[in-house]
Amino acid sequence: MDDKVVVDRLDELGQAILRALPGAVTGYTVAVGELTVTAKASEIVAVTTRLRDDPEFAFVGFVDVTAVDWPQRAKRFDVVYHLLSPTRNWRVRIKTETDETTPVPSIISVFPGADWFEREAFDLYGVVFEGHPDLRRILTDYGFEGHPLRKDFPLTGFLEVRWDDEQKRVVYEKVQLGQEFRNFDFLSPWEGTDYVLPGDEKAK
Amino acid sequence: MGLTDRTQADRTLVAPAATGVLDPRTGKPVGADDPFFVGVNDELADKGFIVTATDEIINWARTGSLMWMQFGLACCAIEMIHAAMPRYDLERFGFAPRASPRQSDVMIVAGTLTNKMAPAMRKVYDQMPEPRYVISMGSCANGGGYYYYSYSVVRGCDRIVPVDVYVPGCPPSAEALLYGVLLLQKKIRRTGTIER
Repeated sequence: MDDKVVVDRLDELGQAILRALPGAVTGYTVAVGELTVTAKASEIVAVTTRLRDDPEFAFVGFVDVTAVDWPQRAKRFDVVYHLLSPTRNWRVRIKTETDETTPVPSIISVFPGADWFEREAFDLYGVVFEGHPDLRRILTDYGFEGHPLRKDFPLTGFLEVRWDDEQKRVVYEKVQLGQEFRNFDFLSPWEGTDYVLPGDEKAK
Repeated sequence: MGLTDRTQADRTLVAPAATGVLDPRTGKPVGADDPFFVGVNDELADKGFIVTATDEIINWARTGSLMWMQFGLACCAIEMIHAAMPRYDLERFGFAPRASPRQSDVMIVAGTLTNKMAPAMRKVYDQMPEPRYVISMGSCANGGGYYYYSYSVVRGCDRIVPVDVYVPGCPPSAEALLYGVLLLQKKIRRTGTIER
């Protein structure tokens, strides 16, 4: 996918987007045959509106909104948008940065299909979308606390459920694992390992 | 074109009528020497009725008409559907799908039970009339399986409902589920009760 024709074509598209939205779009990269545009989070409505309505781009297909967590950064979340232009046969990825508290403008006014995607990103990452009419959790349990796809969320969570025969209802309790976490070393025994299996020391 | 003009080719293909295939072992039609069939047949021919114990006939009726509630939650549901389809054909054991919990005897929990789904599953189980049975199908339903360490999955559906038969596998083959159903019938026969 990295052949020159594709890269040149995406390069032109990136330049065109950069020219069309000065200030709002901060840069672009072309990698593995895909175009990634970085934009200011506050300008995301203007960016998506222009990309949808400008006949030069015609990104009328809304594909995805999701987020990526980078806990080491000050602005820890990338909010990622994917758009498709069926008439021009283009795809574009728009990345914006935000943190736990700064809201990102909702793009429901531009793409109504973004509704549940933004709810999902809110549910799993805790990214707040400003102007969303119904920003509730969508996937996790009722009354769930935390955002499970954040890197600092423990894998097993905090609560587990059990049927209580006395109270006649499903009760929540603190997680108590019956089996410990397992550590896999991923070392191939055929290519040499750096540990000695019990009993192996006798085989010398 | 009249009906008589039709050639063999444009007639609908149907299986030929039974020709009385003979069992090479006995020289009689297939199944003619089945001991249970012979016994019942002799009894009926002789007296016109059969005498049996009440609990036996109740068990016979109960094991032969287990209506099951599908509770397909994940990929195991596909294998559950396979088991109901003609190749394995669970209905020949009287094990018929019944979409409503209120008329079913068995619930097959097929797939990953999540925390969010757990109260709903218990509600469905509570709606089933006694006597009721549960088949837990697949690793996830048996004990969490692949999602044992997950924040959103119940570590075994026996934390929510009492389970009679566990079918192991990920997913279990349709054959394995069928064997589980036969085991459940065996269990009902063994612990036969006329309580309702």
